[in-house]
Order: sequence, then C-alpha cells, then structure tokens
Amino acid sequence: MERPGLTTRTSPPGLTEPRVLPDEASPLVIPVDAPDAVPGRIRPPDPLRREGPAKLTGTAKYTDDLVFPGAWFGATIRSTQPHARLLGIELDEAFDWSQVVLVTADDIPGENIVSLIDDDQPVLVPVGGEIRHQAEACALVACADRAMLRAARLHVRLRTERLPAVFDPLESKLEFAHYTVEHGDAAGAMKDASLVIEGTYRVGHQEQLYIENQAMIAVPREDGGVTVHGSLQCPYYVHKAMKRALAMGDELAVVVQEETGGGFGGKEEYPSVIALHAALLALKCGKPVRMIYDRHEDISATTKRHPAVVRYRSGVSATGELLAQEIEVIMDGGAYCTLTPVVLSRGTLHAGGPYRCENVRITGRAMATNTPPNGAFRGFGAPQTEFAAEMQINRIAEALDSSPLDLRRRWVYRVGDTTPTGQVLRESVGGTDVLEAASEAASFERRHAQTQAMREARTDGARTASGIGLALAWHGAGFTGSGEVKLASVASIELTDDGRIRILTASTEMGQGTKTIFPQLAAEALGVEPDEVDIAPQDTSIVPDSGPTVASRTAMVVGGLVIRAAEKLRARVEERTGRPFADSYRDAGPMRIDEQFTPYPGVPFDDKKYRGDAYPAFGWACAVAAVDVDLDTAEVTVRECVSADDIGTVIHRVLAEGQVEGGTLQAVGYATIEEMKLVDGRYLNDRLATYLIPTSLDAPRIKAILVEKPFSGAPHGAKGVGELPMDVAAPAVVAAIHDATGIWIHDLPATPERILAAMTGADPPPPPGVSAEEPTPRTPPIEDLPAGGDQMPFRAPTDPPQDRDREDAS
Amino acid sequence: MTFRFMVNGSAVEVAATGSRRLLDVLREDLALTGTKEGCGEGECGACSVLIDGAVVDACLVPVSQADGTSVRTVEGLAPDGGLSILQQAFLETGGAQCGICTPGMLIAGEAFLASGAEPSDENIREAIAGNLCRCTGYTKIIDAIALAAERSSPR
Repeated sequence: MERPGLTTRTSPPGLTEPRVLPDEASPLVIPVDAPDAVPGRIRPPDPLRREGPAKLTGTAKYTDDLVFPGAWFGATIRSTQPHARLLGIELDEAFDWSQVVLVTADDIPGENIVSLIDDDQPVLVPVGGEIRHQAEACALVACADRAMLRAARLHVRLRTERLPAVFDPLESKLEFAHYTVEHGDAAGAMKDASLVIEGTYRVGHQEQLYIENQAMIAVPREDGGVTVHGSLQCPYYVHKAMKRALAMGDELAVVVQEETGGGFGGKEEYPSVIALHAALLALKCGKPVRMIYDRHEDISATTKRHPAVVRYRSGVSATGELLAQEIEVIMDGGAYCTLTPVVLSRGTLHAGGPYRCENVRITGRAMATNTPPNGAFRGFGAPQTEFAAEMQINRIAEALDSSPLDLRRRWVYRVGDTTPTGQVLRESVGGTDVLEAASEAASFERRHAQTQAMREARTDGARTASGIGLALAWHGAGFTGSGEVKLASVASIELTDDGRIRILTASTEMGQGTKTIFPQLAAEALGVEPDEVDIAPQDTSIVPDSGPTVASRTAMVVGGLVIRAAEKLRARVEERTGRPFADSYRDAGPMRIDEQFTPYPGVPFDDKKYRGDAYPAFGWACAVAAVDVDLDTAEVTVRECVSADDIGTVIHRVLAEGQVEGGTLQAVGYATIEEMKLVDGRYLNDRLATYLIPTSLDAPRIKAILVEKPFSGAPHGAKGVGELPMDVAAPAVVAAIHDATGIWIHDLPATPERILAAMTGADPPPPPGVSAEEPTPRTPPIEDLPAGGDQMPFRAPTDPPQDRDREDAS
Repeated sequence: MTFRFMVNGSAVEVAATGSRRLLDVLREDLALTGTKEGCGEGECGACSVLIDGAVVDACLVPVSQADGTSVRTVEGLAPDGGLSILQQAFLETGGAQCGICTPGMLIAGEAFLASGAEPSDENIREAIAGNLCRCTGYTKIIDAIALAAERSSPR
C-alpha cells in the first residue's frame, strides 16, 4: 500500500514557472513578525509540512480512499429510542438473508465492553440488555453489495420496551465522577467580601465536525487476527479495545492509522467502537469490511463536547482583591462514561481561571443522561468552565467600574503564586505577557473607550452596534495529575540496516504537524537535516505505545522523548565511531534507543485529595474579539480576533500559528452559531445543512501572536498549543457582545434568539444541551402497548435522507 | 448508459446509470480519490471539481451532466509530478493542515485565480465560501491564494 506520509521530500519541488519563485536561498516564511525567543540560537528555517505534497496533489490516502479487493460494506442497526429494554432482534422472513451477515452481541468472542475508563459501554446491546441512547448500536450487518445492504438494514427489527428517559443532568441520579478542590476557606471568606457576583452559565454540545467522517476498514488475517485501518488519534486505545472484546493477544490485533482528516478529540475514543464493529463483521464474513460513516450517522452517533452548567460565586474585598470563589460544575456525560471523568477533572481544575485567589472551593460532578455519550473535544472540559470564569471576571470589572484589562493585570497569576490545588507556579508563567501582547496588538484600551462612548451616544434608531471584548485563559500542558506517570509512554529512534534514521512513535498526524516536527526535533538533536530522518507508520505492529495523541501532549511530552532518544543515539554513535554523528551514522546501525517517560520535576499530584501539581506547566492565552451586532436581528458578526498564546518554545512557527488560528475559529463558532438541538434525546440538526460551522465569510480576521516562555522540564521548552486557543475566544466574543449591547449572555452559543430575548426581556430559548421531550409520540405510550409490543416498524423512521443510491446499476 | 467526457485532459468513457454521482464515478470508477466526500449534500465543498472551469460539488452532479464536458480534479492541478503555484503557496503558508478540505479548496482557489479577480481578502473569502475548513480558521488558506495570485501575476 502506498504510504504518502513517508515521503521525505521537504524541499520545494520544481515549479512550472520558476521565474516567479522567490529567491531560493531565502524560502518564504509567512509571517515572521516576532523574534526568536531564545537569544543566540540560530534557527534553521522550519521544514515544510512533510506530508503536504501528498495532501496537495490528492495522492494522500485517507481510509475511504483505500482499496481492498473483495471488501464488503458494513452498517450499524441503531436504537431509535433514548432508553429501552432490547427484547429481541428480528429479521424479516420475506427478505433474502443468504447474501448478508448479521452480527449481534452473541458473536463477540471476548467481553462485550468498549474498553476505556469504565466498563459500562457494550460493543452491542445484547438481547435483554438496556438501550441507553438514541443512536446505540444493537446489531451489525454486512454485505458485498451496498444496495442490498441498505435494504437489509430496513428489514432488521429491534423489539423494545421503552423505559423512562432522563435528559437533564440536573435531574439525573447516575453520577460518573465527582471531584472537590479546596483551597483556604471559601465560604468563610465570602462573608467578608464587599462585592459578591453570582452567575449560572450553561453551554451545550459542540460537534467536532472534522471534515473526514469516521472511517474504519477491518481486514481479517490468516493467523486469526484482524488488522484495522482507520481514521483515528490513538492507535493503542483501539488496540486495547480490540484485545479485550475480540479476546486477542497483542500480535493478533493490529491497528494502523491512515491519513486522518481532522480529529479535535472526536477521533480519540469513538474509533474503538467503529473498529470493533468492523472487526466483528470481518471475522464473521471472512472479508475485509468497510465501515465509512456518512455525515448524518457521524453526527447522530459520535461524541460531542460535554454540555455543562457552571454555578459561580465570586467575592471581592474592599481593597479590590479576589477574595473567594465558590464554583459548582455539572457536566452531562451522556449515556456512557467514555472519557467523562477526565474531562470533568480538567474542567474542574481550570474552573477558577488564571487568577490568584486564596479561598477557593470547586466541586465538579458528571451525570448520566439518555443522550449519545459525550467525549473528548479540543480543550477537554476547560472551555466550558473557563467561559464561566471569564464571564465572572468581566462582570466583576463592570460592577467595579474597572477596565477588564486592568482587573486582569492585577489578578492574573505570576511566578510564585499558588493555584487551588496548592501548586506553586515556579516558571513559564506567561499570563501577563499574553495579556499585554493581545491587548496592545488589538489596541484594546483605545477601542474599548470608543465603543463605550458609542454605546452611550447611541440613539433609538441605531441599526448596528460595535463592541470589543477580552478574555484570558490557562491550559494545563499534557495529561492531568498523575496521568503521564501512569501512561509511561515510550518513543524510539533507530538506525536501520540500510543506514536510515527512523523515529518510532504512536503519535498520529491529523493535521497538527506531528510528522513535520518530530523529524525536525530529532534532526536538531542529531545535527542532521530533517529530511534525513524518517518517521515510521503509526501501526501497532511497528511502533511502541507513546500514549494517545491528545491533551496537547504530543509536542511537549512525546517530542521531548524523541529529543532525548536522539541525544542518546547521537552519543552512542559518536562514542563508537569517534566521529560526528552526521558523518558516521550511515554505517553505524542497526541500533535502537527506546526512551520512556520520566516524571517532570514538581510535587506529585494526589488523585484522592486533588492536591499537588495538577500539570507540569500551563499555557496561557489572551483573546480580544471585535464584533458588530445587528440591533434588529441580533445577528453577531465577529470582525476580528487577536489571540496571543504562550506555548513555551515555538518549534514550528507556521504550524503553531495554524493551531492558534484554527482553535480560535472553533471557539468563535462555539460562541455564536454551533448548537446541537435535541428532541427525545436525539440530535435534530444532524446534517451539515443544519449544524452550522463558520465559513470563510463568517470567520473573523484572526491574528495569532506566539509568546514564548519556555518550560525547563521539557528538553525543548515546548508546552503544547492545540487546545489553549479553544479556551479563550468564546468568552471574548460574549464580552464584545456585551460591550456592544450592554447585555450579558450567560448561555452558549449567543444566538440571535438569546440576544434578542435578553435585549427585549422576552422569555429566553431553552437552555443549551438539554433535550426536549418528544412533542408528538411516534409510538403509543407504554401503558397502551401489549407486553413486549413492537415499537419499531421494519421501515426505520429515521433512515437518513442523504443515504441515496450510490450504486452503478447499469 | 455510456458517458464520454474529459478528465484532467484525458478522454474517459464511463458506463453508468445517468444518476450516478460524478463523485463516485471519479473516486470508484476512475480511481481518482483525491476528490473527497465530506457531507454528500453540497454543504462542505470537499468534493469540489471544475466542470468547464466552473466549481461544482461532485456529490450533487449526476454523471449525465458531465457528458461532453471537461472535468478537472486535484490530480490535474500539478504539472508533471510537481506542484502548481497554488499548491506550492499552500505548502509554504500552511494552508493545508489535515488535508481533507484541501483538494476542494485548491479547486476553488484555482477558479479564483483563473477569474483574474483582485486578490483582496474579501474576494478570496467569497471565492472559498462554499468550502468548509475546520483546521485552519481560513487565515492561511487566504494567505496562500493571495500569495499564488501575486506569483502568478506578470511582473
């Protein structure tokens, strides 16, 4: 199979019209407006994206592009009820089943569990088992012919008995996790406050909306094993899930990551489900099985950002200090645990915001509802709680008649401050730096004064209003608490028989640049050019477990291991040959260095007491957003957004800016238009025509400013960049809407309906994230049914409209 | 039925029902998998191709409508295994991240360059408004198209 990711071409290939090329000696680097932060370090130009040429010429192979001769197509039979008992799976006798394979829970050779944190989620609901959400998988079918497969799906009937459903996390009795962070005496100190600001903030589901849908192809092997090829972030999560449910050893289950068209967390845990489904079908029919979701199925069934309710009380002393914070976080985990405890943990730990406060109490709870499970999405709990934190700070600034910038200047963490877990911030604390960088670049003070004057001078006939808003955030780098120690990740580097240098890690490329920066980091440590360093495919039969590609940990944690492995390789070769590595490595192999994670310096985190160093370091970000609000329609146009991000040492400027710009736009979408609506626990806007993300016309001009406060615990000083910008732009946009209109929107997204309701005093729309009850029952009420009554006709009512004929019937 | 049209400069003949999507003809019958499917309903633009120079969503075009036309896909943009000016500009500015929207973006960008319109921020945004990108925030895509326009214009 072609592996375009392995191309080592990093210099510009020839152009047809070389006359328009810039000077070859100085390749264009755009835009370089900040000096290198490490004095005296001469940086070679950053290499171009390694797999870029393959992506740009259409030769990069994503999962759906792969051809496996004789492959069958697989499909999932899902529940259409939010909570029910599965009484039976019935096949229409009138249909010819001879060409179709059906898989039920009875076909699972191992445990019927999608292995992750908790063991609550079945691969397929067994007969007699409990259906806990609308899109739950109950059976699988596969067929060589797609038209026949589509017909077969409609002739499988799930016999169910409906059970009462819970949609509101505040009413749920089933808890997935809870945490408490205590620092000082928040309740006592609150009594001494001269100003107390309270607020309740709600955020809804957000869809990752990678443009490549979930995709997996399972290939059965002669040795009894299965190889899955898929679009995924974490090969070893899938590997672990396969070993358990398929009762396979390490070698029998093989996971290969193919070119992945975006993840953003959405391909962290769900690929385990689709891999197991494809593998079960492949084992049963003996053919490769393709499971390629269409957009409707992807949105309907896969994980979303957790909805959350955050209740916040802040106390300010008479001298204007932040005296106390009492915060309660409730997250909606959906029907199964997935990664919810870890999402809640990060959300809880970030809920106080990046501000010094001696008396803090934060409680976090995650509850189950009968909605599809929620999971990882860029920011992982922090965007939800930091939205609330920034709303509070901006409202306090208003109450104190203080500039939102000045208040943050006073309260933001500095070196030596202590966080609510008792972590002393010893270094790499860039809060002040990003605050100053963003506010200066956006001329925040001057423009804020202008918009306030405009608001005061506004007449009743005004049709639009402009506003500017600011927010600040922190984001813990790498896994929370003891996570990295437990992962004990390994990264390797080797000299091959044929004299090549090769990096072996399980860290995946999904657009963020892993395949470019790892060779870049290794090359610098080895004293060679980046294109002398290969990177092995993300195949569990080849690479070690470097942990998941999540939590902004790849550049910092795994990148650090790559550097240390390269340094050891260099030392060993130079010791053996007595010559510089670059001149001698080609004849020195084979040789391999496996480098395992060792803890960063600091106070170990106590998972029970929630005390200690929650993260080895923090990234810091400040966003300034400028908006126009249409005063008739309440439509918000985000005109401009500046995001200054301290990510430690910048490894690759263009790639890092790309992360900041992309994360900022996802946050702008979160703030303004992205909202999943639910009825009876089912997503209503489950298509791209109805779940909107920003287009180029909706997107503001985004300016990314990279601030470098290196982290000494990592050999290269990097802290990670992926998630940080996602935390900060949404509250900046809502602050700008307030600056324009004078109203505070407490629920995200700040849709025209919510803004108009706040402006006119009308009843607001329902809170985000909570499903409405079914308006008109599609099925008779339970009490009217005979026992074991059929609730689903053979023709599924929710068959996707876009599932059109794709067959060549000629 | 049999349909005859040009794809990237070569004549092709396809036997298919007239309603078969051009996207499936390209990807499955002609093995041109550079054109991607993101939504199947004309919202995302990942399947953008040029038909006689006009940008269309190949998921919404039945192959019967391509009969007698000239189709250009991402595979037809690069000369002789190299990169076009636009592709090179995407590579340098960081206009491609995960790469799944990239073929469609390049098609929209190519049509924009061919139109000779002023490569202003506003005009470029308008030209790629039918192509969704979830990775970049569009900034570097716009930079890439502007850079390509600058390099393409006579000095």
